Amino acid sequence: MALLSVKGLHVSYGAIKAVRGISFDINEGEIVTLIGANGAGKSTTLNTVAGLIKPESGSVEFDGSSVVGVPAHKVVNRGMALCPEGRRVFTQMTVAENLEMGGYTRSDAENKETLEKVYAHFPRLKERCGQVAGTLSGGEQQMLAMGRALMSRPRLLMLDEPSMGLAPILVQEIFDIVKQLNEAGTTILLVEQNANMALSIADRAYVLEIGTIKKTGTGAELLVDDDVRKAYLGG
Amino acid sequence: MSERRPIISTGGRGPAAGGARRTLPMPARYAINAVVVLVLLVLGELMIDGGAINRYQSTVLEQVGIYIILAVSLNIATGYLGQLPLGHAGFMSMGAYGCSIFIIRMSEFLGVGARDFVTGTPLALVVVIGGLIVGGLCAAIAGVIIGIPALRLKGDYLAIITLAFAEIIRVVMLNIDDVLGFELTGGAAGLTGIPGFSSFLLVFGCVAVVCFLIHTMMKSRHGRAILAIRDNEIAAEATGVNTTYYKTLAFVVSAFFAGVAGGLYAGCVGVLQPAVFGFMKSIEILVMVVLGGMGSMLGSAISATVLTILPEALRAFSEYRMIAYAVVLVIVMIFRPQGLLGSYDFSLSRIVERVMNRDFPWKKRGDAPADAAEGKEVSVDAER
Repeated sequence: MALLSVKGLHVSYGAIKAVRGISFDINEGEIVTLIGANGAGKSTTLNTVAGLIKPESGSVEFDGSSVVGVPAHKVVNRGMALCPEGRRVFTQMTVAENLEMGGYTRSDAENKETLEKVYAHFPRLKERCGQVAGTLSGGEQQMLAMGRALMSRPRLLMLDEPSMGLAPILVQEIFDIVKQLNEAGTTILLVEQNANMALSIADRAYVLEIGTIKKTGTGAELLVDDDVRKAYLGG
Repeated sequence: MSERRPIISTGGRGPAAGGARRTLPMPARYAINAVVVLVLLVLGELMIDGGAINRYQSTVLEQVGIYIILAVSLNIATGYLGQLPLGHAGFMSMGAYGCSIFIIRMSEFLGVGARDFVTGTPLALVVVIGGLIVGGLCAAIAGVIIGIPALRLKGDYLAIITLAFAEIIRVVMLNIDDVLGFELTGGAAGLTGIPGFSSFLLVFGCVAVVCFLIHTMMKSRHGRAILAIRDNEIAAEATGVNTTYYKTLAFVVSAFFAGVAGGLYAGCVGVLQPAVFGFMKSIEILVMVVLGGMGSMLGSAISATVLTILPEALRAFSEYRMIAYAVVLVIVMIFRPQGLLGSYDFSLSRIVERVMNRDFPWKKRGDAPADAAEGKEVSVDAER
């Protein structure tokens, strides 16, 4: 059975239809990516799954139970964590405090344990644990946002454009970590504009265009697909 | 700032760098603060009894305490929650009227005379404390009523809706007697016959309790949730914080303490008129918070003190004092836009810890572990 199953999802912002009938599945242990151009509805889909936006219609089932209408702060308890777009760290808190905040729904004992794991994945965060998050570099902030999401011990980690605005070398580093996390047992739903990178680590991918799914396949298949190459990978 | 320097997380939480740094256990921290508060209280009482502070001066001190509570409570909504409510005077007036009416009715009912409040019989004390709590609750209820719709809005919109709300309260206080058909608030003529129950001791005690409660709240997981909402609402929601609940909570707590301050104000002044709680009063309190530094309790307290004493000291030039006020504001906003203290907050136990660790400010940077609060302030500067 799929860990996350989305069926016929429609989302609108007022009169504007952002997502028009998207369906996809994620199995336990997979990396699944949604790729597509600006305005394709990728982030909207992710935010809806996370409970930040209410869908117009359609179903979202996580681990067999519906999460439609469940507010975002309760979705976290079910085992989903969203790492929002644009490195939304708590700028005035220190790195350690940010991570502590990430474990908000967990007990202190659990957090202590998870913190060690997060530091193992992100040694840079351990070095900077007392630094105020607003003074971190872009890449470090992205790592912090991911680390914070991991603190809730999610079964499904949702990453919204982790490569946005980062230098290529950092993008590589971030994606390596995503792979590591997946190998350590976290299922990952990745939304990306950097299609090349995303497809190279994804088990499966969905190509979104103006709110609908245009194509689906394994990451390797789509990397060599002519249409995808033309549209997103520059020929 | 050097990148590798070890920093300790505020309040001794988080992994302390270096490991060797000596910290105080929590009971010792509370004890140190309690002792200092008591010493200050005894000192103040002795000076009043001994005549070093005359009656007028002690009334000004009471006013200072009342404004400290107002500023510190508004600071919850502005500094910690990051909103800009402009209706604090509305909550203050709810508290003032609620408390006064309760005390007047109760003292009639229980037969407590006006003199008993001055001498401070146990029954009068119970009535006063009950009154302050009733005042706080009245304001808190108003806070819930306005908070739930208002907190769906942000920034300017929130400012306008809270401003309008405070005006509504003022007009209600003015006209409610005619609507009800019996005397409740006294309308434009004002509510009179309030016993003068405020004293230095009572106000000082309230300031200490309010500051302690707010401090404890902000250090708890609830406080952390409120700060997370200020820093980033979406991220807070995504980490599992019920943002609606905590926004309302912060707003209501802020209103509650404003109500308590309103009650003390009533006991200090003795007469309540709706006109006092106008728009300017809200602005005055907001100015105190902005001037002191949003998010800094000490900053709010200092600027509340200065801005209460300043107009009294300038009484001789009463025509010009609003100008002085404005000039001070403009100068501070130009040279220290983050407020006098920024988001720095004072911690007595942190100072004691620094002494214990022989970590003095005049020692060379780099030798000594730097203070977390300094790191925080740097960040605020860097962002702007």
